[in-house]
Amino acid sequence: MNAPTEPTSRPPASPPPAGHPHPHESAHLHVAGEATYVDDLPEPAGTAHAALGLSAHAHARIVAMDLAAVLAAPGVLGVLVAADIPGRNDCGPIVHDDPILAADTVHFVGQPMFAVIASDREAARRAARLARIDYEALPARLDPVEAARAGELVLPPMRLLRGDVDAALAAAPHRIEGQWQVGGQEHFYLEGQVALAQPREDGCMQLWCSTQHPSEMQQAVAHCLGIAAHRVVVEMRRMGGGFGGKESQSALFACVAALAAAKLRRPVKLRPDRDDDIAITGKRHDFHYDYAAAHDDEGRLLALRVDMIARAGFSADLSGPVATRAICHVDNAYHLPAADIRTLLARTHTQSNTAFRGFGGPQGAILAEWVIDGIARTLGRDPLDVRRINFYGGPGRDTTPYGQVVADNVLHALVDELEASSDYRTRRAEIAAFNAESPVLRRGLALTPVKFGISFNLTHFNQAGALVHVYTDGSVLVNHGGTEMGQGLHTKVCQVVATELGVALERVRATATDTSKVANTSATAASTGADLNGQAAAAAARTIRERLAEFAVRRFGEGCEGGRRNGGDHNGNTHTAGHRADPATVRFADGQVHVGVHTIPFAELVGEAYRARVQLWSDGFYATPGLHWDAATLTGHPFHYFAYGAAVSEVAVDTLTGEWRLLRADLLHDAGSSINPAIDRGQVEGAFIQGMGWLTMEELRWNAEGRLTTHAPSTYKIPAAHDCPPDLRVRLFDNPDRADTILRSKAVGEPPLLLGFSVFFALRDAIAAAGDGRTNPPLRAPATPEAILDAIDAVRRPPTSDA
Amino acid sequence: MDSQTIRILLNGEAVAITGLAPTTSLLAWLRGARGLTGTKEGCNEGDCGACTVVVGELADDPADAPRLYAVNACIRFLPTLDGKAVFTVEHLRSLAGGALHPVQQAMVDCHGSQCGFCTPGFAMSLWALYEDCLTQGEAAAGADPARIRSALAGNLCRCTGYRPIVEAGERMFDAPPRLLDRKRLRAALLALRRDHTLAFDHEGCRFVAPRSLDELLALRSRHPAATLLAGSTDVGLWVNKGLRRLDTLIHTGEVAALRAIVPHAGGLRIGAAASLTAAFAAIVRLYPELAELWERFASPPVRNAGTLGGNVANGSPIGDSMPALIALGARVVLASVRGRRSLALEDFYLDYLKKDLAADEIVEAIELPPPAPARRLRSWKLAKRFDSDISAVCAGFALELRAGTIHAPRIAFGGMAATPRRATATEAALAGRPWDEATLAAAQRALANDFTPLDDLRASAGYRRRAAAGLLARFFLETRPDAPLAAVQTRAFAAQDLASGRP
Repeated sequence: MNAPTEPTSRPPASPPPAGHPHPHESAHLHVAGEATYVDDLPEPAGTAHAALGLSAHAHARIVAMDLAAVLAAPGVLGVLVAADIPGRNDCGPIVHDDPILAADTVHFVGQPMFAVIASDREAARRAARLARIDYEALPARLDPVEAARAGELVLPPMRLLRGDVDAALAAAPHRIEGQWQVGGQEHFYLEGQVALAQPREDGCMQLWCSTQHPSEMQQAVAHCLGIAAHRVVVEMRRMGGGFGGKESQSALFACVAALAAAKLRRPVKLRPDRDDDIAITGKRHDFHYDYAAAHDDEGRLLALRVDMIARAGFSADLSGPVATRAICHVDNAYHLPAADIRTLLARTHTQSNTAFRGFGGPQGAILAEWVIDGIARTLGRDPLDVRRINFYGGPGRDTTPYGQVVADNVLHALVDELEASSDYRTRRAEIAAFNAESPVLRRGLALTPVKFGISFNLTHFNQAGALVHVYTDGSVLVNHGGTEMGQGLHTKVCQVVATELGVALERVRATATDTSKVANTSATAASTGADLNGQAAAAAARTIRERLAEFAVRRFGEGCEGGRRNGGDHNGNTHTAGHRADPATVRFADGQVHVGVHTIPFAELVGEAYRARVQLWSDGFYATPGLHWDAATLTGHPFHYFAYGAAVSEVAVDTLTGEWRLLRADLLHDAGSSINPAIDRGQVEGAFIQGMGWLTMEELRWNAEGRLTTHAPSTYKIPAAHDCPPDLRVRLFDNPDRADTILRSKAVGEPPLLLGFSVFFALRDAIAAAGDGRTNPPLRAPATPEAILDAIDAVRRPPTSDA
Repeated sequence: MDSQTIRILLNGEAVAITGLAPTTSLLAWLRGARGLTGTKEGCNEGDCGACTVVVGELADDPADAPRLYAVNACIRFLPTLDGKAVFTVEHLRSLAGGALHPVQQAMVDCHGSQCGFCTPGFAMSLWALYEDCLTQGEAAAGADPARIRSALAGNLCRCTGYRPIVEAGERMFDAPPRLLDRKRLRAALLALRRDHTLAFDHEGCRFVAPRSLDELLALRSRHPAATLLAGSTDVGLWVNKGLRRLDTLIHTGEVAALRAIVPHAGGLRIGAAASLTAAFAAIVRLYPELAELWERFASPPVRNAGTLGGNVANGSPIGDSMPALIALGARVVLASVRGRRSLALEDFYLDYLKKDLAADEIVEAIELPPPAPARRLRSWKLAKRFDSDISAVCAGFALELRAGTIHAPRIAFGGMAATPRRATATEAALAGRPWDEATLAAAQRALANDFTPLDDLRASAGYRRRAAAGLLARFFLETRPDAPLAAVQTRAFAAQDLASGRP
């Protein structure tokens, strides 16, 4: 045998591709400043820069738009208005109600009305402010509850009804009811929205943009340019964070860059300033609840009725599916014998709210936690005990309100483990003793669980494709439809491919996502990135492996009669047939291929296979099996499986000012059989802190004119270094997925965001301890120091009557 | 030396710059003209830290080793770096012979990056800490998570939740040290040193950086409409966000006398151009009670660039230094070609952003009185976030306790009125009274009459009132003569170690 040109055999100590905490595939580039984002790409010669002119009114008719001064400004090359759009003036992902540039009416402060293109970005930004717009102000609706009551909705009402809720509520031994609200959340991806468009020959357009959904960007750009999709190519290597904010809402920026590039016949980049980005783009939906629950003496839920109003903003965007997921998560971890869940998507004159990690799931699930927390305090029981008796499980207690059976429930074991490892009961007693003596501070403790459904609710999105190339030197390149936004998707997909081919992880690279490679991809969203694309890549790699195995048997397998395989293949065969080894017994591991008594370096086999004209690249496709969903009744089997987790948080609250600290957090999360424990831990921790931020310090404020006043990191505060608790204990729950998922792993992007609930309910626990302990603090979310002080005042001066 | 050429030592290489607007940011220049795209723009206002770079400059005594400190490149005007060194993330590997620097390797090993966009900024903040600790022989202290968190308070990460980055800060000291050669840096900076005023012009905009106080005062007198520029932590936003054109900029940062911090009548005299970092270090040595305020004041890169004089002269109603300084009885020294005068700091503020400052005057120094054994002093800010947030309320409390009786109460608030202001009714309710619960209650009632705060995005008027009264109560609880409480009993932020179940 010829010696391979590059060493392919790994030392025995080489870590396995999957299950090992490999660093992120780009970590060495991130730390060196060598990882390129869209704005870091060398600009094509002649690149011009666009800036957007934004509405100053929440709702107004554009009477006249005088752009003469804009055009006359230094460096300006041209302007773009709605009338310049050759195709459709729309970038809405589902409902086509999202103008790229407002034509005659503006619907929120910050809505783009025109773009100015200049030789440099500063010139464009300065020029954009010179427009003279004549508005005729129209009445603006800024409050979602008022809007919903007035029937202003972006989509028809939604309702999921299971059981006789009215009867259960009427017959209930106990009822708890009230109103509550949780705020929205700005994504604050560190890399803002950005798109670079370059016209190509024959009316084609090449785009580089920071997006979670290249295929949708391709479609949106094609539609606005009025050209076919095959003329548009979108490339995306990595995002500096997405969190849902670049799923649909990157489209406006991609479309403007492409329209400007087409109009000016030169490359155009659009990178809005951070303040403009926050002013233009939608956020997590704030939710407003009106609920009534029936429960027994123990605190077991008998029925729940909830009316939810979500702020959709001025257009539908993804609000429909967000509401669906909210409805499918109102149960969180708890069995609801009867449920009536109604949702209205309020049309307000504010930014169009959109996907944000959890996608409505957190807003649904936190309502269940709020209700159960309230029941426990009313009954004088530890909230953990009330949570536990409500968990799914036991006879007749395993079906969700939308009809899916919870078949993989690990809540009991997981929470038992966390209760013990966090020393919950001892600390509960210790904290009670502290609070009894403490003059100013109160400490609080809470354990909250998570059950989160994995898959897109809409069945047809649950598909993915991949391409795997094996080059003649044995190195491997994988391309798939998923996008890398920091979640480690490419790392995991490379791990999967390396596992399939039995090569070291370093031998596999992932390329930029590119609509000219895998077509019609789904958004990298709903936590499904690794599940879908990992399966597709595995399928592609498996095809190549099978071809190589066939070839290896032909080439090396003669005379291996009766040869027993060494085990470790994927098909479960243990016997060979005839004189030639069974291809299924060929084993790929550690960069070697084992065929009967022969061991051949992978690269060498590949080289020989090439010369024997074996196809060394393949596509792979995956469609999640067993899913169905009826959007009319909101029932079906929308999720492939559930991911579980739980967290215990302990806080200290200053009753004089409402300031607080997170002292300790214990997180236990179910990532199935983790493909990469380091990446999964990073997702769990990061999501926890992001969830905590949403529910505590991240506050969106609009003024009376509808202008978002928290439009920059100076005024909108995401968690910083001191907000990570000094004592943070994170573990992954050992639980190979029952469902046939990629390497028995589970999705981990969104579910742990809900672990942040524990901080909010620990705060509520501490606040309750500032009163008599039995009064439910009316703590709104986000629990800013002001909200906390208000809640403390309320529990110390409970209302004297029910009037 | 040619005044039309700015000379910067960029990643060890001397670079001459001409023909740029004086308000060009260091970040725009790095990413554009230099193609150094490792430094990122996240917010363009100094709040996210993605653009963090490290500046090197000669020590006050050029014989000493040069200083290194992290700054936000996005709000730093390029001409202010004339004669200084700038290190970007691209430089770190060259310190490790092309391999990853220990800071970078620790970030990889600890999985400290996810999307990677904030990572270069974190690497540079960690590197500044690394250099600080190792040159001061404090590797062990550097590995203290509390110090690491403080060093990272100006860097936002939306992905990791910070734990792995703080861990990287601990682990970066494990590898053999890879230090910058400060002798070589010193020699290179000496070669770039400019002894005379820099007057840089571009298309009608002028940037002047005088070297002496006399020169500065003369310039101020000649150009009363010019923008005085110190750390550009505020003026940078006028340009980046307001897109303001600033025709004449007078930079105070090269006037050595203005940066001096010297003992003064038992207290301190802090030159107006002393950085917030240097100023607070001196202040906290004298008044350790102000340590928490220092910790929460902006962020390290902003404190390294911004000046105490700038915070005072800006006169924002939410400036965080003034309540403490007013409570202490600090005086502000104003200078002009006509001479010098000094005012009690509270008298400097006339109305919203209006100061008792003539067009030809500058703030020259802030003078702090000596500590008094009988004085009880506290200053706290309230905000939604611990790190680097703008105060909803900031309070400074001082009084002297003699035989249980209150003398010379000085209570000042920011965020409660159009200017930082004393709470005169509250002070009157305290003066001459015993420091007990009855006096506290009376003072809280008086406080309600002292201010008519506003509702804004940071807090409602009602919260401001209640929280201000709460801070007064906290001050009482910590300083009451009979049974004062420790900080760990009164402040959530001091209660980190309270977590239950710890070994």
